[in-house]
Amino acid sequence: MNQIQDILRTMEYGPAPEEDAHVRAWLKRHGGRFGHFIGGRFTRPDGKTFKVFNPSTGEEIGEVAEGTEKDVDKAVKAAASAFAKWSALSGNERARHLYALARSVQKHARFLAVLETIDNGKPIRETRDLDIPLVARHFYHHAGWAELRDEQFPGYVPAGVCGQIIPWNFPLLMLAWKVAPALAAGCTVVLKPAEHTPLSALAFAEICNEAGLPAGVFNIVNGGGETGAAMVAHPGFSKIAFTGSTEVGRIIRKQTAGTGKKLSLELGGKSPFIVFADADLDAAVEGVVDAIWFNQGEVCCAGSRALVQEGVAERFYGKLRERMEKLRVGDPLDKSTDIGAVVAPVQIRSITAKVEAGVREGASLFQPSWAKELSGRPGCFFPPSLFTNVSPASPLAQEEIFGPVLAAMTFRTPGEAVQLANNSRYGLAASIWSQNLDTAFDTARRVKAGVVWINSTNLFDGAVGFGGYKESGFGREGGREGMHEYLTPAWLKKAKPARVAPPLEAPLPAEEGLPGSAPRALDRTVKLYIDGKQARPDSGYSYPVFDHSGKAVTEAGFGNRKDIRNAVEAARKTEGWSGMTGHARAQVLYFLAENLELRGDEFAARLRQATGASPAQAKKEVAASVARVMYYAAWADKYDGAVRGPQPRMLSLALPEPFEVIGISCPDEAPLLSFLSLALPAIAMGNRVVATPSPRQPLAACDLYQVLDTSDVPGGVVNIVTGDRDQLASVMAKHDDIAAHWYFGSAEGSAMVERESAGNLKSTWVNNGKARDWHDPTEGQGEEFLFKANRIKSIWTPFGV
Amino acid sequence: MNVKTDPARMADARPATEKGLVPVHSPIRRNEGMALDPALFEAMDVNLSAAERRAATLTTRRSVKKAWQAAWLVRAIECIDLTTLAGDDTPGRVERLCAKARHPLRDDLVEALGLSGHRLHTGAVCVYPAMVPTAVKALKGSGIPVASVATGFPAGLTPLPQRLAEIRYAVGEGAAEIDIVVTRAHVLTGNWPALYDEVRQMREACGEAHLKTILATGELKTLTNVYKASMVAMMAGADFIKTSTGMEAVNATLPVSLVMVRAIRAYLEATGYRIGFKPAGGIRAAKDALAWLILMKEELGRDWMEPDLFRLGASSLLGDIERQIEHFVTGRYSSADRHGMG
Repeated sequence: MNQIQDILRTMEYGPAPEEDAHVRAWLKRHGGRFGHFIGGRFTRPDGKTFKVFNPSTGEEIGEVAEGTEKDVDKAVKAAASAFAKWSALSGNERARHLYALARSVQKHARFLAVLETIDNGKPIRETRDLDIPLVARHFYHHAGWAELRDEQFPGYVPAGVCGQIIPWNFPLLMLAWKVAPALAAGCTVVLKPAEHTPLSALAFAEICNEAGLPAGVFNIVNGGGETGAAMVAHPGFSKIAFTGSTEVGRIIRKQTAGTGKKLSLELGGKSPFIVFADADLDAAVEGVVDAIWFNQGEVCCAGSRALVQEGVAERFYGKLRERMEKLRVGDPLDKSTDIGAVVAPVQIRSITAKVEAGVREGASLFQPSWAKELSGRPGCFFPPSLFTNVSPASPLAQEEIFGPVLAAMTFRTPGEAVQLANNSRYGLAASIWSQNLDTAFDTARRVKAGVVWINSTNLFDGAVGFGGYKESGFGREGGREGMHEYLTPAWLKKAKPARVAPPLEAPLPAEEGLPGSAPRALDRTVKLYIDGKQARPDSGYSYPVFDHSGKAVTEAGFGNRKDIRNAVEAARKTEGWSGMTGHARAQVLYFLAENLELRGDEFAARLRQATGASPAQAKKEVAASVARVMYYAAWADKYDGAVRGPQPRMLSLALPEPFEVIGISCPDEAPLLSFLSLALPAIAMGNRVVATPSPRQPLAACDLYQVLDTSDVPGGVVNIVTGDRDQLASVMAKHDDIAAHWYFGSAEGSAMVERESAGNLKSTWVNNGKARDWHDPTEGQGEEFLFKANRIKSIWTPFGV
Repeated sequence: MNVKTDPARMADARPATEKGLVPVHSPIRRNEGMALDPALFEAMDVNLSAAERRAATLTTRRSVKKAWQAAWLVRAIECIDLTTLAGDDTPGRVERLCAKARHPLRDDLVEALGLSGHRLHTGAVCVYPAMVPTAVKALKGSGIPVASVATGFPAGLTPLPQRLAEIRYAVGEGAAEIDIVVTRAHVLTGNWPALYDEVRQMREACGEAHLKTILATGELKTLTNVYKASMVAMMAGADFIKTSTGMEAVNATLPVSLVMVRAIRAYLEATGYRIGFKPAGGIRAAKDALAWLILMKEELGRDWMEPDLFRLGASSLLGDIERQIEHFVTGRYSSADRHGMG
C-alpha cells in the first residue's frame, strides 16, 4: 500500500517539525560557547563552565561560563556605572529603548521560540504562541511605564542596581517580567538565568546590543546556585528579585535580611483548580489541559490540585481520562506536540519519586494507555498523570511536583471548596469553574491567592499583576503594582538614622523606690489591650514608665509571647472588620477622630509628660493625629484598585485585599502620631492589627484604649501589647498567622524581623533603623502606606454569550 | 537535531482499536432516537470564552503537513456534500455538478497520489427537491448518494404537512439523505417538546433515507441554544446534525462545531449511537477542511473522519483542495483554471 493510502487508513497527523537550522547556525557562530554579558560585551568563557543540554534528545548544545564572585562584581560595577546616565534619561528616552526591545523581540520571534524550545524542551506551539508574544507584550507595556513614571509615581525614584534571578521554566518570559519593569523604572540590571536554560537570555543580550540599549544597563552572569548566592550577597544591589522555589526564596530572605535591599519573591504554588457542579465541564477539561499539561506542568501557578464537586466528580474524571488519551508527548519541535520534554533528568527523577510515593500511599493513578512507551525512550519525557482520591493531607496535595501531575479530590459545598483551596501553605493562583457568577465571584474573593482565573487558567498579561499570597512570596510583576517593586520614595534615599532607645531592662522590682514614684495617687498599672478588653500581661510582670525628666509615672505591662499569641487570636477572629464596606469602616474612623479630638487636651498633656514637648508642640502632634485618622477615614472607601481589559471580553480586576492580620512594631519618635500613622492605614484597609507602641513612651497609645472603646472600633481590630519592641517583634515575625509585619525600630531589629519572617515568608516593611518625619505628609502618610496595607489580587473574569 | 525516531508519533503507538483503525468501516447502527429527556441537557450552560479558546487552539496544537496533508485533503473530498442550492439551478447545472462529484480530481493528480484504483468521489451531491430526479439519474451507478434539502428550506416556516410532504417527495424520487431545517422559534422559546415532535415526524417521513438536521446555528445565537437543540435533534432521531443552511449571516464556525460535536459525544455516552456531523456554509479553503478534520479527530475520534459520520457542506471548497493537492504533487502553486469546473 502506498503512503497516501496508508495515511487514508490511519488518518494520523504525521510529523510536522519546525525548522531549527537558524538556531543551529547561531549556536555554531558562538562555537557553542558563551561567556557572561557585562557592560555590553560577552566575556570569554575561560575558567569554569557548565554544559547545556537539549532535554528532548540529551544532546549537548552549549557550554557556558559559570559566574564567580568576581564576575558578579564586574557585572554590578558595569550596572552601577550605567545607572547614573540611564536613570537620568527622560521617560520618553527610556520608553524608546523599551519599545525598541519589544520590536526587536518580535523581529526575532521565531528564532527565539525555536531556541527556547531546544534549550528548555517545551513545545514549539507554546514558545511560538505564548512565551515569545508575551515577552514582546511585556516590553511594550513597560515602554509605557517608562514614559509615564514621573507623572504616575511622583516622589519616587528608581531603586538602583537590581539583581534578578530567574527560573528555567519560562526562561525568556521570566527575563521580560524582571527586566522590563526594572528598565522602565530607571534601574539597571544584573540577571542570572537558570543554569538549565541560559541560552535565550544570551540571545536577548545580543538583541539589546542590536537595539542600541546603552552598555551596562542590562548584564548577565551565568551560573547555578553558588553564583546566585554570590549575587544575593553582593552589597552593590539595591533590589533583589527572585522567581523560583520557596526553599531558595527563604534562603534569600534570610540572606538579604537587614541589608536594606528591596526584595520580591515569586515562589512555589499548589494552586487549586476548582470545578463546581454547574461548570461547563468540557470547558473545565480543556482548562486542566492548559493548567497542568501546559509547559509539562513546570509552572509555578499550575492548577495542580483539582477540587471537584462530588456530584460531578466521576463524570469529570471520565472526561479528563478521555482527553488525556489524545494528548501528544514528544519532540517539542514538532508542531503537533502538546507536552514536550521536562527540563532535565534530575527533574524527571524528582517527579517520578513523588508519583511513586503517591501510588504507594494509595491514591489511584491514571496515565494514558500509551504512557508506558515513553519509558526507555531517550529524552526527558513524562506522561500526563492524574491522581484521584487524593486526601488533603497527602504530599500529593501539599507539595509542589512541578510536573504534568494533577492531584484531584472532591468537595461538597462551596464553603468546603474554599476551605480546601486555602488548606495550603501556598497562595499563588486559583482557577474557578462555574457558570454561576455568584458562586465564581464569591469563591474568587475568598481564596487566598494572588491570581484568580474564573473559567480560565494560566492567562498572563503585562498590564495585570502576578504574584502570590502566603509562602508563594510577595511583590507583583506586571501592571502598576509591579512598578512599585522597582521604585523607592525619593526622601528615603536621604533618610537619617533614627534615635532608638535601648531595650527595656528585665522587669524586676526596683531595689529602692524609683525616682518620683512616691507618694502617688491611687496606683494605676496600664494593662494590655486585647480583643477590646484590657488584659493583664500573661507574664505577670510590669515595667516602669518614666516621664521626660526620668521620673517614674506608672507601670506598663511587660508583654510576652503569649500576649502576642492572644492578640493574634483576637485579631484573627475579628474577620467581620475585613468584610465591612469601606464606608462602614470610615464611619468608625471618623468617630474615632471625633473622640480623639474631644480628649485632645488630655493627650497633649500626656505627650508633654512623656516627651517634654512644649504645649504648642504637643498640641500640634495631637492635631496631626486627629488629621491622620481623618485622612485614612477618607481613604477607607476610595482605595479601590483597578480594572483592566487585557483581552477582548475580559475584565481583569486588580483588587487590593487586606493581609488580615498585620503586626506593627511602632517607633519611639512622635509616640501618638507614629502609632496612629501606622495602625490607621492598616485598619482603614480592613486589616486587624497587633501593635506594640513605643516601649519607653507607651502611654499615649495606651490612652487610646478608651477612645477605641467609645468609638465603636470592634474589639480585636486594634490590639496593643506593651513591652520590649524587639522581643515582641521577634514573636510576631515568627508567628505564622501574621501575614505582614511592619517594623520601625533599630537596624538590628529590622534585620531580625526580615530574617525571622522567612518562616512563613510574610510580607515585611522595615525602617532599617532610619528615621521618618511623621509630621511630614510626604513621609508620614500617603499611597506608600495604603500600598503596604494591601496585597493585590488579580481576578481574570471573561464574559460573553 | 539528530532525532532518529519521531517522538511526536509515539502518542499514536496504541492498540489499533483505540486508534479506531478497526471499526472505520463497520456499519453505523442507525440512531433510533429516544424519548425526549431534558435532564440530559437542561443544566448545560456553554462557556463562550472557553469554547472559543479551545476552537482557536485546535489548529495551533495540531499541524498536518506534506503527504499527510495531501491524504487528509483527499479525505476531505470524500466527505464533501457537493452542493448547489440556488434559485437559478437548472438540470444542466446539476448534471455538471454530479459529473464533478464522480470525478473530483484530475486523473494525473489521482495517479500521482497513488490512488488510481481508489474510486475517489465526493460524499454526496446536495440539491433542492425539484432537482433530485436529475441528480439521481446523473449519479446512477456511482454509489454517490443524493442529498436533498427539504422542509421549507431555508426558513422552515411552511406548514408542517407540506414540509413532511416535501420530504416524502424527495425520498420518493430517490434521495438517500434529507437535510431538514428546524423551526428556530422552538429553540428560541425553549419549546423542546415541539422541536422534538417536529424532528421525530420528519424522521418518520424519511423512512430509509438518512436525516440530517440543520440547526441554523447562526440564528440560534447562543452556544447553549446550539447544544440543547443538538441534543433534542438527536433524541428525535437525527442521523446527522448540521450547522447551517449557508443562508444565515453567520454560518459554520469552529466554536459552534465544537459545541455540536461535544453534544454528539454526550449523546453517544447516553445511548451508544454514533451521530454524524456536517458543518456547512462558508467553508471555502482547504485549510478550513483540515481544521474541521482536526476537530473531529480530537473531540470525537478516528471514526468521525469518514463520510458516514462526517460531511462538509460546500460548493467552492473542492476547487481550493484541488489546487493544494496539485501543489503537493508538483511543488508549484496552482490556479483554478487548471481544474475542471463543477
